[in-house]
Amino acid sequence: MSVLAVAPTPTWYLLLGAALFTIGGVGLLVRRNPLVMFMCIELMLNAVNLSFVAFSHALDDRSGQTAVFFVLVVAAAEVVVGLAIIVAILRRKPGATADDIAMMKG
Amino acid sequence: MEAVVFIVGAVMVLAGALGVVLRAKPVHCALSLVLTLFGIAVLFIAQDANFLAAVQVIVYAGAIVVLLLFVIMLLGVDRTEDLEIDELRGQRPIAAAIGVVALGLIVMAVFAAGGRRVTGQKAVSGALATGEPDINVLAKSLFSDYVFAFELTSLLLVIAVLGTVMLARRPKGRVDTGDKQDVNT
Repeated sequence: MSVLAVAPTPTWYLLLGAALFTIGGVGLLVRRNPLVMFMCIELMLNAVNLSFVAFSHALDDRSGQTAVFFVLVVAAAEVVVGLAIIVAILRRKPGATADDIAMMKG
Repeated sequence: MEAVVFIVGAVMVLAGALGVVLRAKPVHCALSLVLTLFGIAVLFIAQDANFLAAVQVIVYAGAIVVLLLFVIMLLGVDRTEDLEIDELRGQRPIAAAIGVVALGLIVMAVFAAGGRRVTGQKAVSGALATGEPDINVLAKSLFSDYVFAFELTSLLLVIAVLGTVMLARRPKGRVDTGDKQDVNT
């Protein structure tokens, strides 16, 4: 009751965003399937969006929400181009993981 | 009540995020991602960002995840990733250590900023809570202060579409060997 009665402060949202960003970052470092790495990038972008909205709400500033709008557009463009690259790679090497794509290694 | 909404949203977000990282099959990862995105939308609504919550569901859960699932199904890359093998030696412990350090640094930064008054600086580009619906406020901001950036995003989207078409089409003259093997390389 005591915890449930208080209203969440922006700090709560920022800490949740920090946790989400960290999980996404660790996933990006650990996973090898390029599609799952992509999903981890989406997690990190969403953590940033959550922080933007938390700041926007806390400071009563409209540019935070506008920034989220632009992040959404850039994320959509990034996913489209990235998936095209992944499709092009997987068509040549079916089942390739991030470790297999090392042809540009010196 | 607001705390209940926050806790429900936070559990959805974190459970989905852990699912993305820990599940072996890409399809399960994509479905976990949907859970996270809906949780984020819940938290957006809890912070009076109704329009962004709708856009979040439509663009992320509606478009991006469907695109990801489409690629998974189309290419048949839905193979289970063996999470046990470790191709780079010590990759996982180092990644976990980096994660712990990064989380600690961000948490320290949040608390060092002093809780509620994050920077102490109030709105510089206009108030959000004007009594109007947030979509009106957002539209005025987008089409006045940020109109050049908005126009640039249209250019970005055109370039992204053109680049995707160029990347995804098969080169003319090469025998279409299907999705299995390409004999040239």
